[in-house]
Amino acid sequence: MDMPQPNAAILSRKARIIERLREVLPADAVVDDPNETRAYECDALTAYRCPPLAAVLPRSTAEVSAVLKICHDEGVPVVPRGSGTSLAGGALPTADSVILGVARMNAVLETDYDNRFIRVQSGRTNLSVTGAVETDGFFYAPDPSSQLACAIAGNIAMNSGGAHCLKYGVTTNNLLGVTMVQMDGTVVEIGGPWMDPAGLDLLGVICGSEGQLGVVTEATLRILPKPEGARPVLMGFDSNEVAGACVSDIIKAGVLPVAIEFMDRPCIEATEAFAKAGYPMCEALLIVEVEGSPAEIDEQLGLIKQIAGRHNPVELREAADEDQAKRIWLGRKSAFGAMGQINDYMCLDGTIPVSSLPHVLRRIGEMSKEFGLDVANVFHAGDGNMHPLILFDANKPGDLEKCEAFGAEILKLCVEVGGCLTGEHGVGIEKRDLMTVQYAPADLEAQLRVKDVFDPKWLLNPAKVFPLHVTQSRRAA
Amino acid sequence: MTRMKAAMRPADEDELAEVIRVATTHFSVQGGGTRGLEGVAAGAVLETGGIAGITLYEPGALTLVARAGTPLAEIETALAAEGQRLPFEVPDFRAMLGRQGESTIGGVMAANASGPRRVQAGAARDSLIGVRFVDGRGDVIRNGGRVMKNVTGYDLVKLMAGSRGSLGILTEVSMKVLPAPEAQATLSLAGLDDARAVAAMSAALGSPFEVSGAAHWPGRGTFLRIEGFTASVAYRAERLAALLAGFGRAERIEGAGPWPEIRDAAPFAGRAGDVWRLSVKPSDAPGLIARAGAEAHLMDWGGGLVWILTAPGADLRTRLGGFSGHATRVRATDPADGIPALHPEPPAVAALTAGLKNRFDPRGLFNPAHAGAF
Ligand SMILES: Cc1cc2nc3c(=O)[nH]c(=O)nc-3n(C[C@H](O)[C@H](O)[C@@H](O)COP(=O)(O)OP(=O)(O)OC[C@H]3O[C@@H](n4cnc5c(N)ncnc54)[C@H](O)[C@@H]3O)c2cc1C
Ligand SMILES: Cc1cc2nc3c(=O)[nH]c(=O)nc-3n(C[C@H](O)[C@H](O)[C@H](O)COP(=O)(O)OP(=O)(O)OC[C@H]3O[C@@H](n4cnc5c(N)ncnc54)[C@H](O)[C@@H]3O)c2cc1C
Repeated sequence: MDMPQPNAAILSRKARIIERLREVLPADAVVDDPNETRAYECDALTAYRCPPLAAVLPRSTAEVSAVLKICHDEGVPVVPRGSGTSLAGGALPTADSVILGVARMNAVLETDYDNRFIRVQSGRTNLSVTGAVETDGFFYAPDPSSQLACAIAGNIAMNSGGAHCLKYGVTTNNLLGVTMVQMDGTVVEIGGPWMDPAGLDLLGVICGSEGQLGVVTEATLRILPKPEGARPVLMGFDSNEVAGACVSDIIKAGVLPVAIEFMDRPCIEATEAFAKAGYPMCEALLIVEVEGSPAEIDEQLGLIKQIAGRHNPVELREAADEDQAKRIWLGRKSAFGAMGQINDYMCLDGTIPVSSLPHVLRRIGEMSKEFGLDVANVFHAGDGNMHPLILFDANKPGDLEKCEAFGAEILKLCVEVGGCLTGEHGVGIEKRDLMTVQYAPADLEAQLRVKDVFDPKWLLNPAKVFPLHVTQSRRAA
Repeated sequence: MTRMKAAMRPADEDELAEVIRVATTHFSVQGGGTRGLEGVAAGAVLETGGIAGITLYEPGALTLVARAGTPLAEIETALAAEGQRLPFEVPDFRAMLGRQGESTIGGVMAANASGPRRVQAGAARDSLIGVRFVDGRGDVIRNGGRVMKNVTGYDLVKLMAGSRGSLGILTEVSMKVLPAPEAQATLSLAGLDDARAVAAMSAALGSPFEVSGAAHWPGRGTFLRIEGFTASVAYRAERLAALLAGFGRAERIEGAGPWPEIRDAAPFAGRAGDVWRLSVKPSDAPGLIARAGAEAHLMDWGGGLVWILTAPGADLRTRLGGFSGHATRVRATDPADGIPALHPEPPAVAALTAGLKNRFDPRGLFNPAHAGAF
């Protein structure tokens, strides 16, 4: 994985650039001491690090605009940052770039239950958006596992998903409007607390653009009334194929669970050792959760259990109370943590058509042997979004490279069966060089043209998403 | 319908791309032609009807892929055979607009055409997960795919949804579909004025009872729809009626109820005047309706969508003054009266729209980006 050489001319102008930034921001909002910029050297893809030229921490849209005007004027690349939990290296700086962190912009600006929306500054964390409305019976639906830490800004940039998106959709389906600052400092309002765009769906293309089109400072989000209740059921099967067929049958039967989560044997074993959730030892495990009143839940789970019954489950466990429900979710929720205990791991995020699940899992198993690295699979089965976790040893020379090569093969397989490279984590730097596997040159060119319109000088997070050789001429211009 | 010029009708995507590559004049892109061509610069009609057919349907994965010229009816029939449907309840405005023709799935997506269920299941754009299209250079472009979760690169799928044939011609669309419910019921409240109706709809949409339609048809009632398994529908209808007791006694209507008419803006079919759509914050709707000098109106989406009938040539936007949201004129008695169909955009947004239009259609072959007729 390469990053562009830092621009020496920018590095040599550092003092002047910092001085100009200090003119428009309070002293504590400009960080340029190398000891402190280190805090911004990476996101959750920790294998790659590079301290930025400086980091700025504005508190308002006006301050963001002032910063961007200066950087635009000076030709300095800007990397927007929320909470730095990206798993794709989306917030990784270059030595000649300014990190623009929105973490201090975390206020709730407006809560409107009658019209069912909340307007927040984009640095607010995902969970605290729900936190602001839950005592009144509402919630914000997209719930990435990182929701305690990740910011709405990052969620919008990555179009993040979560365990419950089978029913409620991902960020783009719950985002009504943004205030965004373009690289030249222009502030635009896109959308608002109404449902249809007035013209082109610009909001739709801003969501998921990985900080390359503008810096989002405020967001209007749809909030939903909390369901009366929810209950999970856990089902164990003696093969991945059977579990996959069961998922497909549940969906066909007309039940729409809020979540269908899948774990394979290596993942079950690791999480059991770590979290002791009491999972059965079997080849594949499904957690299916449905919502509604107690009677509605009974009706849906009755149907689901009936379908599962046709697939000879080795275990069928319905939560009888809140405590049991927590235990069913415990293992799933600690899956990443469990892997971290065993080893370093790389978390992939490809999506596949649900029908190719068994085939893909079989191939991953074979490749695991070829590469000599273990893989555990945990994923959102209802929508085919896989999270294979490849275990490796960062201290062992060559292991990271081997792991990355293996990861690339898995992602190519996802594309080959009709899926995609990333379902919710984004491309960042991690999958940047694989974009040509999924997209033909004309497909990529169309995307680059969108960036040309929003950021003609290619200064916003320029080294991400697209292979460097594809963007070379634009970045150099 | 009589046409000024013979229509072009490419047989497949390659042929379409070739037509675009060598084109020198403006095209008017037409799916089923369930609308007129008023307001669109003269040019050759380009029909998509030759590029048709369902290419993939996996009920177990809730996915359907079809070429853009596929008749909507064909897709609905295929889905119904598996007990599924398009989530967003496609409207049929033929009667209201006074047109004929058969809607195509490409036309539906290009207009982001969404009905009452939008409040629960999202708009057409929310169900669209992949596209193929031919841009103004004649290049075939693919974005998204056939899986529900996909954040690989920019989401041009959303950009194409609702782009009204201005950026490119869709040749194939992939969609997320949903199971059709076992049962549905509608609650009807009588005698509410606009403000009380919006309050009732807000209470319903803010409840956990999963309301899939919330509309107010003056003179007919305020309607709330619930869909799902039979027992669950019965339960939720009862709880919802209890919740709304303060708004009067809710009557329960079985079957389809008034939804097809609300969806199609049927109350305005055959009535003279201009028809407008306001997209606003529901609680603002009653005040705007009062200012609009409406001859008739209808609220859908819990008040977030307001249909308004005005005298011909009245500029509703001037009447309303500044407001939060936007107004589209969907039926003009005189399309040449100088009132734009789409709401004018603020300069910074207009610049982005123009920039995109210019990049995707540099020769200006397709429909204008933010002008033209509904
Ligand atoms: C400009 C316009 C805006 C509309 N806006 C809305 C709306 O906001 N909400 C709503 O519910 N309904 C809207 N409608 C109505 C909606 O188009 C119809 O409900 C739909 O069913 C029409 O299908 P059709 O095949 O007859 O399309 P047509 O009436 O032939 O075309 C509809 C629009 O889509 C374009 N189009 C058609 N096929 C393609 C294609 N393959 N690729 C690219 N563009 C194509 C056309 O140029 C035209 O702008 C709109 C219609 C038009 C013409
Ligand atoms: C343990 C763990 C679990 C996770 N689980 C999930 C999950 O279940 N689902 C999921 O989807 N993701 C998950 N993620 C990934 C990550 O949390 C999401 O991508 C999240 O949305 C990133 O938010 P952030 O605020 O940390 O953004 P950052 O990491 O700071 O940035 C992410 C991207 O957003 C851009 N960006 C940041 N702020 C702005 C802004 N103001 N304007 C424009 N662009 C901006 C950045 O440039 C970067 O490209 C997980 C991560 C971890 C570490």
